[in-house]
Amino acid sequence: MDSIVLIKQVPDTTEVQLDPKTGNLIREGLKSIINPDDAHALEAALTLKDRFGGKVTALSMGPMQAIDVITEALGMGADAGVLLTDRAFAGADTWATSFTLARAIQQVGSWDLVFCGRQAIDGDTAQIGPQVADWLGIPQAAYVFAIESVNPKHITVKRRLEDGYERLQCRLPALITVIGEMNTPRFPRVDRLLAGCREKAPIRVFNAADIGVKTREVGLEGSLTHVIKTFAPKFKREGKILEGGKESVVRELIQRLKASEGATACRAFASACEL
Amino acid sequence: MIVWVEKDLCDGCRRCLKACPYGAIEIKEGKAEILDRCTACGACLEVCKAKAIFSDAEPKKIPDFSDHTGVWVFAEQRNGRLNRVCLELLGKARELGEALDQEVCAVLLGSRVSDLSQTLIRYGADKVYLVQHKALTHYRTIPYADAVEALVKIHKPNIFLLGASHLGRDLAPRISRRVGCGLTADCTELSIDPEEKILLQTRPAFGGNVMATIANRYSRPQMATVRPGVMVAVPTPDKKGAVVRHPFQITESRIGVKVLETVREKKTGSDLAEAKVIVAGGRGVGDAQGFQILRELADVMGGEVAGTRVAVEEGWIPPENQVGQTGKSVRPEIYIACGVSGAIQHRAGMMHSRYIIAVNKDPRAPIFQVADWGIVGDLHEIVPEMIRQLQASSG
Ligand SMILES: Cc1cc2nc3c(=O)[nH]c(=O)nc-3n(C[C@H](O)[C@H](O)[C@H](O)COP(=O)(O)OP(=O)(O)OC[C@H]3O[C@@H](n4cnc5c(N)ncnc54)[C@H](O)[C@@H]3O)c2cc1C
Ligand SMILES: Nc1ncnc2c1ncn2[C@@H]1O[C@H](COP(=O)(O)O)[C@@H](O)[C@H]1O
Repeated sequence: MDSIVLIKQVPDTTEVQLDPKTGNLIREGLKSIINPDDAHALEAALTLKDRFGGKVTALSMGPMQAIDVITEALGMGADAGVLLTDRAFAGADTWATSFTLARAIQQVGSWDLVFCGRQAIDGDTAQIGPQVADWLGIPQAAYVFAIESVNPKHITVKRRLEDGYERLQCRLPALITVIGEMNTPRFPRVDRLLAGCREKAPIRVFNAADIGVKTREVGLEGSLTHVIKTFAPKFKREGKILEGGKESVVRELIQRLKASEGATACRAFASACEL
Repeated sequence: MIVWVEKDLCDGCRRCLKACPYGAIEIKEGKAEILDRCTACGACLEVCKAKAIFSDAEPKKIPDFSDHTGVWVFAEQRNGRLNRVCLELLGKARELGEALDQEVCAVLLGSRVSDLSQTLIRYGADKVYLVQHKALTHYRTIPYADAVEALVKIHKPNIFLLGASHLGRDLAPRISRRVGCGLTADCTELSIDPEEKILLQTRPAFGGNVMATIANRYSRPQMATVRPGVMVAVPTPDKKGAVVRHPFQITESRIGVKVLETVREKKTGSDLAEAKVIVAGGRGVGDAQGFQILRELADVMGGEVAGTRVAVEEGWIPPENQVGQTGKSVRPEIYIACGVSGAIQHRAGMMHSRYIIAVNKDPRAPIFQVADWGIVGDLHEIVPEMIRQLQASSG
């Protein structure tokens, strides 16, 4: 059972600090980590390898410093790593990213499974997995939290739905996107980490030419969507203190909520919106 | 797109060889030759003194999309029940359709789901594209993607919206890849640019710390997913619309996936990141029992319970329910802070909530500065009163 795991290096947004005066994000000093869901994806691939053997390859696209997440993957037990790095890859939307990753996957050689995280904490799109699967022309199972069984032809998984889960049998080769509840990622082993830093470490670095793509098909140029503006989210707070007796302030509060755009979020008002 | 050398002009100076970042040029018999590795980046063209290198690359142009019209909404249904998000999207689609003077269409897939068409029309669809087939009974990625791809290619919509539900997030990227169009995830705001007439798609990034507005100028449809609960469903009872049926064929061998079982489950662990309503408590709640009452309020509203670091340290709630700088960042529609002072470290995790309500004894508590509505009073009286009135109104 050979696997490829897509891992992304991301800024640790859970450590985000806000400027107390402006409320804006302080970007300096943000630590880079392996995207949390991707660590679970890697753990899933390594668990399969522990049981059935095979090879695990970690694949990442990013600047040269993203080699750190590949090294970390080797430390956890991946057999090989591939870093896609090229100035031409920068600024890619999910269309261009998934195209580039899919081309690289085809380049890596034979595999039975591609693992991804459900979503990356910087982009939060959850689009890359299904798009890569479509470029590769293979079926997918998204939001997977358990692997029940694997045989040479099929994998049976449980995937999360909003109100429960689904047991799915999926033909191989296939792409799986993994959510955090699946497992607890193992810690990297120090000797493996050190080996991963050596010159002879099994890491290949590919640029656009190595995976046979044109620079116009990738990165910002190859993207179909473009960010035209960014801004700090600001809601005008009403800042209104409701006054009166217990019963009347609560009544007023509920009336305001009911009339607001937040009303649909509240189950108690659901009967007011027929379905 | 290719790059080539006019051999007559080339003087074999090797400048291009040095400039090529990809090692894709060789000198053969004194002339430059472009290898297969060429990525058409154009670095060699810039350095060639003899002007012997050419490329057929043209600047990227915005294509003419005047043949693409209509605002489409994917009508997500499971077991014959529509997901509310598609009615919310129809509400938004009407607004966009009016701004563009284009029709609103719903795409409904399944087996024996034609009844739902009338609901879609009543919530704003001028037309319902209906595809019914046995293979579409339970959602599976490939047959759904195949069916929608076919519709999109035939009817060429201008805009296509899907709910950012588990199903929508599984399906939308597949369609975007098939059709060759960009896709923006989890939008919280959609509008039409008054001049360019394109869809402006606004979404949170970096865990909600930044908002980004995204445009899709180079492909159609302009596709976006929208979180449930963000847009507002608008019923229009007397509205008329048409149902257009489309045939569909597929073989099981193409699908590659079997649904063995679907299990409904009551959610166990709380999922603050996805909660639409959060009732948060702080030191003022007093004890674990006090959190029971917050839990009750959360249940009535369909939400989750969270707390400050103090509440975690006291052991009233588990650590994964802490909101703030060292806890979780949340972004619900409604955040009710009870007995929370509103320290900066706590606000960092909740200030991007859509509506903030504060209940606190102390009128000077900083939480009131970031609240939309505040009640100065004892939470042990106010919260039970809220539960009572909400139950009465939903009763
Ligand atoms: C580095 C660092 C990181 C931190 N990270 C976090 C974090 O991630 N999340 C977090 O929450 N905190 C965090 N803190 C702690 C933070 O600074 C505050 O101490 C904490 O948020 C205060 O919690 P509180 O509001 O529950 O308690 P308090 O500040 O003690 O406030 C209690 C409030 O309850 C009100 N009250 C009391 N009784 C009642 C009643 N019966 N009815 C109504 N109101 C009542 C009081 O008027 C008061 O305003 C962090 C601190 C540091 C230094
Ligand atoms: N640049 C990248 N390199 C490797 N994997 C990626 C990259 N971007 C996204 N992925 C994978 O795709 C998943 C979903 O990412 P996203 O669609 O950005 O939320 C991630 O969890 C990764 O597994």
